[in-house]
Amino acid sequence: MTETMTPLPYRVTGRRIEAADTVTLALAPVGERIGPWTPGQFTMLYAFGVGEVPISISGGDGARIRHTVRDVGAVSHAVCGTPVGGVLGLRGPYGCGWDPDSAAGADLVLVAGGIGLAPLRPVLEHALARRERYGRVAVLVGARTPADLLYPREYPAWRAVGVQLLVTVDRADAGWGGHVGVVTTLLDQARFTPGNTVAFVCGPELMMRFTARALGDRGVPAGAVRVSLERNMRCGIALCGHCQLGPLLVCRDGPVAGYDLAGPLLAVKEL
Amino acid sequence: MSMAIEPLLLSTLAPLVAALREDGYRVVGPTVRDGAIVLDELESADALPYGWGVDVEPGGYRLRRRADGASFAHAASPRSWKSYLHPPREPLWTASRDGAGDLTVREPEEEPPRYAFLGVRACDLRAIAVLDRVLGTPGGRYARRRERVLIVAVNCTEPAATCFCAATGSGPAARDGFDLALTELAGPRYLAESGSERGDGLLSRLPGEPPGDTVVTEARAAVAAAAGRMGRSLPEGDLRELLAGARTAARWDDVSARCLTCGNCTMVCPTCFCTTVEDSTDLTGGTARRDERWDSCFDIDFSYLHGGPVRASAAARYRQWLSHKLGTWHDQFGESGCVGCGRCIVWCPAGIDITEEANALAEEATR
Repeated sequence: MTETMTPLPYRVTGRRIEAADTVTLALAPVGERIGPWTPGQFTMLYAFGVGEVPISISGGDGARIRHTVRDVGAVSHAVCGTPVGGVLGLRGPYGCGWDPDSAAGADLVLVAGGIGLAPLRPVLEHALARRERYGRVAVLVGARTPADLLYPREYPAWRAVGVQLLVTVDRADAGWGGHVGVVTTLLDQARFTPGNTVAFVCGPELMMRFTARALGDRGVPAGAVRVSLERNMRCGIALCGHCQLGPLLVCRDGPVAGYDLAGPLLAVKEL
Repeated sequence: MSMAIEPLLLSTLAPLVAALREDGYRVVGPTVRDGAIVLDELESADALPYGWGVDVEPGGYRLRRRADGASFAHAASPRSWKSYLHPPREPLWTASRDGAGDLTVREPEEEPPRYAFLGVRACDLRAIAVLDRVLGTPGGRYARRRERVLIVAVNCTEPAATCFCAATGSGPAARDGFDLALTELAGPRYLAESGSERGDGLLSRLPGEPPGDTVVTEARAAVAAAAGRMGRSLPEGDLRELLAGARTAARWDDVSARCLTCGNCTMVCPTCFCTTVEDSTDLTGGTARRDERWDSCFDIDFSYLHGGPVRASAAARYRQWLSHKLGTWHDQFGESGCVGCGRCIVWCPAGIDITEEANALAEEATR
C-alpha cells in the first residue's frame, strides 16, 4: 500500500436524500481516480476546510463511487450538504472487506442496523450478480422508524430475485404495517442452514453483539459471523494509531473482522 | 557489522563533527540547555555536554557535574530522535478552491534535511528500528527522511537508575543499524568502529591511532559491566500473553488513581508514533491546509467516536498505552514497542514506573 494522505478531487454527480439525516452521494473523479475497491472497504472523504471522515463504500460502477452518509458531526454535515456539482476529496480504498467470494456455496444472512445497510449493499449486489454461487440469501433490515429505512425503492428488485427480505422498525408510524422490534427478533423467520451459513452484520456495536449472539443460538459459529468495526480514524493507512481495538488496527486489519476475533474484544469495556 | 576498516582510537570528537558538517550533514547530538541534556543541532563538538551527568529517578531529573569530562555519561534525553524522524508537527498539503468549486491539492515539495545523529544509544537505535517498521512505508514521508540519516551510535557505559535496556534486549551495546559506533573511555578518548560503508569512509578521514587490544578489551568490559548495573527489569515470560490476559486486572484502577493522563510518557517515548490531523482555512475561505501533529492515547478525544470517547476512564487509557507498548505491538508490528530507555519513568510527573506496573500485572496474574 502506498502512503498518501492527499485526497483526489471527486465531483458530486448525484445526490439523494435517504432520510432526515442521511444522504447518498454519487461521486465521479475530476481527474485521477482511486484504485479498485471491494465490498466492505472504505474511503477517507474530505470536505474542504472542514476535515476528513472514513465512510464505507455503498456502491458504484467503473470510476463512480457511491457513499451513503449520515449527518452526525461537523465533517459528515458538510459532506451531506454538498450539492450536485460540488467537489469533495477522496482517498482509498482502505481496509479489508467482507470477502463474499470466500462464502461461495453457503447461505448468506445479511443483518443491517440503520446506516449499517450501506456497507452491506455491495455484498448483496455482488451475490445477486453471481446468484448461482450462493445458497439462500436472507437480508434482515432494522431502522429506527419507517422514514429511516435505507434504499426502500430497491426492495422490490431484491425480492424479485428470491432474496428473503425481512424489515423491522423500532417505532412504527401510522402507515406502518410491518414488524416492530429490534432486528434480532427477525432471525427466527430467516431461512438458512446454520452449519452452512456466512453472516454479514453491520450496525451499532451493541446490535452487532446481540445479533452475533442470536446467530450463535441458532447454531452459526462465531467464525462464520463477520462484523464491520468502527473506531476513530485519522489516516486510514495504519500510521496514526487512532483506530486500535486491542491487537487490531481497524483500518488495516478491519473494518471487517470475524466475530471469533472481534467478539471477545468488543466485550471488554472501553478497550 | 562491516569490519573492512580497523577501529580507531580518537582523542577528540572535533574532527568527526567537522567532517560530518563538511559532508553537508546537520549534526544533531546531546547538549546542555535549560537544565537538561537535550538533543539539538550542534555547530561543533564543543557543544557536547562534557563533564555533565544526570541523576534520575521516577518523576525526577537533575543535572550533575562530573569530574571526568565525559560527554556521553548521561541518561536518555527527554527529547528523542523521533523529533527529527517523525516531527511533532508537519504540513501534509494545501488545497485551493477556485470560483467553480474545483479543488487543487498540493503536497510540500522540499527535500528533507540530511541529519547526522551523534550519540545514539543502543536503546534509541532499537527505537529507530521500531519506528522504521511502523512508519517506514517505502517512498513515504518517514522513509524519505530516514534514508538521509547517518547514525553515530554510542555504546552505553553509564546506565541510569531508570534504565532497563538489558531486559528489553536493546542494549547496552550497539549491535547494528549504525554507521559508526563510539565507546567513551577515560580521558575522554573514544574507540570508534565502523558499521557501514559510509562509516568506513568517515573513519578513514579521521585522525587517530590504532587502539591496541588492551583498549578494545577495556571498552568491551565497560559496556558489559553496564548491563549488570541496571536497577529495573520487566517480568519474565510472554508479555503479549500477559497483557492480553490482563484486560480486566485490578491494577489498572490502582495505577489510574495515580496517573494524571498528561501524556508526558507518550511525548518522551522514542517509539510512540500516534498522530492526528488538523484542518484549517485562510480568511478568504479559498485555501485550506492539513497538518499532522503528534497525538497521545491519553488525550480524551483520541478515541472519540460519534458522541463520546471509547476510552473515557483514565484506567482504560493507561491500559491502552501499556498494553500497546508491551503487548499488542507484537500483534501489529511483530515486536515489542518498549526499548527500555526509561524516559517514561523519569518524565512522569507522578513517577509511575512502567516496569513496576508490568511486574504488578504479572504478580496479579499468578494470584
